Amino acid sequence: MIGKPKAEEPGVPELYVGNEAEFDEGGRKVIDHAGLEIGVFRIKGRFFAYENHCAHQGGPVCQGRIFKRVEEDLAPDGTSAGFKYSADRVHIVCPWHGYEYDLETGALPTNGKVRLRTFEVTIRGGDVYVAL
Amino acid sequence: MNWHEVAEYIEDPVIRDNALDFYKNKGGAPAYGLNTNPGMWYQDIGGRIPHDSDRRETVEESDGERNLVLIRRALESIGIDYMVVFPTAMLHVGMHPQLDMEVVLSRAFNRWLVDHILKADDRLKSMLYLPFSNPEASIKMVEEFAGEPGVIGFMVTSVRNQPVQANPYMKLYATLQERGLPIAFHSGYYWQEPVLTQFSRFVGMHTVGFVLWNIVHLVNWVLHGIPERFPRLKVIWIESGLAWVPFMIQRLDHEYLLRTSEAPALKRLPSEYIREMFFSAQPLEKYSLNALEFTFKMINAESQLLYASDWPHQDFDLPSTIYDLPFLSEGAKRNILGGNALKLFNLDNPKGK
Repeated sequence: MIGKPKAEEPGVPELYVGNEAEFDEGGRKVIDHAGLEIGVFRIKGRFFAYENHCAHQGGPVCQGRIFKRVEEDLAPDGTSAGFKYSADRVHIVCPWHGYEYDLETGALPTNGKVRLRTFEVTIRGGDVYVAL
Repeated sequence: MNWHEVAEYIEDPVIRDNALDFYKNKGGAPAYGLNTNPGMWYQDIGGRIPHDSDRRETVEESDGERNLVLIRRALESIGIDYMVVFPTAMLHVGMHPQLDMEVVLSRAFNRWLVDHILKADDRLKSMLYLPFSNPEASIKMVEEFAGEPGVIGFMVTSVRNQPVQANPYMKLYATLQERGLPIAFHSGYYWQEPVLTQFSRFVGMHTVGFVLWNIVHLVNWVLHGIPERFPRLKVIWIESGLAWVPFMIQRLDHEYLLRTSEAPALKRLPSEYIREMFFSAQPLEKYSLNALEFTFKMINAESQLLYASDWPHQDFDLPSTIYDLPFLSEGAKRNILGGNALKLFNLDNPKGK
């Protein structure tokens, strides 16, 4: 549903997403407003919202699996010990073709110009709203 | 694909019984008779692409045969009028250590495909598998199956080490030309190929492996003058994308002009023959639109390019990959998305299009 316009930005409609308590760490909710699908994520206690539309071929990226970023485990001498998971970066992977986005930036880690459409998230009284 | 159903179609009674017993009694059994390829374990990128891991779409018994239901759903959701189906599971059979198995399995598969899929829906077509390791069996396959419902050509799986210019294949090409049926080379990868074993990551192996075999066959096809010998035989290069083609055009023209005495069957430049061939677009490498536009010009894409989805694989392309290209005219888009294929395969224009 559409919430009341924010007092500080008259005229900017908001979508009510749910209560903060509904989101576990790393949790998500995908909402549909008149055909516009938005995924809202809680990462490290902060909220992020992106359009559920992959920049590659329009896949439902916000419904993809979430992984820690995979890194190459390189030693100072240049040798590789194989793969390791990032201690702090989290990715979402589009289930259609595998495009991976950093969930805190909405961008491809190797090309910041390719990014998901981002929405501002506001928490008021424990409720989560997305500005359209 | 229900490989256990294909097993019932194996004509050799001993191999068929072995296959059926294998399904009846062996737990967690893979597809009987097929040579395996470790690359298949990695296509879904560790579970990141769930539709490649497993097709879990629900199909009720009352909906009909699962394969048909899934294919029809794909047709409707992607917006396709005709779908040409190919056997993923058989793309590596050209490297099978038991040469006879290619004939056994391809006959079983083609018979199953006609019975279960092609006869069931006239929107479904196929270029049937040729057991290319056996030229005589390949000719017999064309003679037996040309004219069956939905058969619009024949296909060689590119992953193999059989040179296309070998004399025993000429009768096969003549047979296809006589019937007006195109031949396709459907690429694939084969990680066990010695040069590819240097890749420890699927992405590297797939980048090189999926063009390697079509590069080899196309070079032989051109330099041995197959287009001069069979000028009415249409050839299609499938599933290698397009980025390799400008590279091959430049390289072949350059090398040919330095050594024309080694390719005396040619009456024109290699590039001129290549521009008359057909290519399927998937997977369309479009990170640089400038490079892609140039590629389209080099291959006469407006008349020679065929949209392909490759659904349901990990690198499938939707029609929007063509439709959204900013440098194409409406006419070119219509040709690539269907018009070129209608002409090539002599198909009826879908109603209302």
